[in-house]
Amino acid sequence: MSDHIEIPVLTTTVDKVVRWARRSSIWPVTFGLACCAIEMMAMSASRYDIARFGAEVFRGSPRQSDLMIVAGRLSRKMAPVLRRIYDQMPEPKYVISMGACASVGGVFDNYAIVQGVDQVVPVDVFVPGCPPRPESLIYGIVQLQRKIDQTKTWG
Amino acid sequence: MPVTDYFAGLEEATAADGMPTAYVAAASLVEGARALRDRGFSVLLDAIPVDLHPREPRFEITYLLLNPGGAGTAPARMRLKVRVPGDDPRLPTLSGVWPAANWAEREAFDLFGILFDGHPDLRRILMPEDWEGFPMRKDYPVQITTPVKTYEPLQVTQEEFVANVEAAREHGQRD
Repeated sequence: MSDHIEIPVLTTTVDKVVRWARRSSIWPVTFGLACCAIEMMAMSASRYDIARFGAEVFRGSPRQSDLMIVAGRLSRKMAPVLRRIYDQMPEPKYVISMGACASVGGVFDNYAIVQGVDQVVPVDVFVPGCPPRPESLIYGIVQLQRKIDQTKTWG
Repeated sequence: MPVTDYFAGLEEATAADGMPTAYVAAASLVEGARALRDRGFSVLLDAIPVDLHPREPRFEITYLLLNPGGAGTAPARMRLKVRVPGDDPRLPTLSGVWPAANWAEREAFDLFGILFDGHPDLRRILMPEDWEGFPMRKDYPVQITTPVKTYEPLQVTQEEFVANVEAAREHGQRD
């Protein structure tokens, strides 16, 4: 009888779409501080391939980044620099503290190293390990995606 | 040839590895260093401060010297040592003899608090500029609990932002 026009449409809420977009394109800022950065690079390279989770676009500028992976021990001299780069990132922004040194100071229990980057920036996910394997860091990013999925986008 | 032949103020010391080693008094350090340089030790490899706390004289600096040889002479190395008192750690600079002493002495000042008279640029080189204390001294604590220093980001109000843009625009028109 009448023409059934099949319109390809899905209905959802804006909230869901925004959360999906955010968690599927976490762009990290290039910020390697020590040996953990090598594992971070391995994670972004072809063998572990973080592109499967949409986080492969390491940006050279904090203005284009959503995530800061603090990869390595943070010295007290570097702390203002880390804070400034974090301040330059646009909202919403997330921080992963990668490895024992970034999380609690690790073996460097001395005057020169910050005993936990949560003294400088708010941390969303702590990834344990010395250094963490790329799988661990990918798990940390997936945990961050789950966290983003549970966050209200506004209101 | 014993090292004391290079300069009268040198006092020969024993070294476990047999490398020629000599002490020199702080007063004749520059003179002795210049004499050694003119005898072929043209390269200062490193200056190594040591804190012997609580012994006195407290500090000792070892200058590692290299004679690169050439023109029929054999290469040679030697150590030049100088003692520094703990209550007034002060030495004449060697940056006029070997330019390489500049940064080595800055590091000695930064980590051990040894002052070098006549140094052209005696600033901290490794630690932050506003650091208190000299971390490599034996009586410096290993762990410290002072809060981490960061700096407040520069905040510009809307009016200041607009004023800056307009000032730049006016400046552009004048040019």
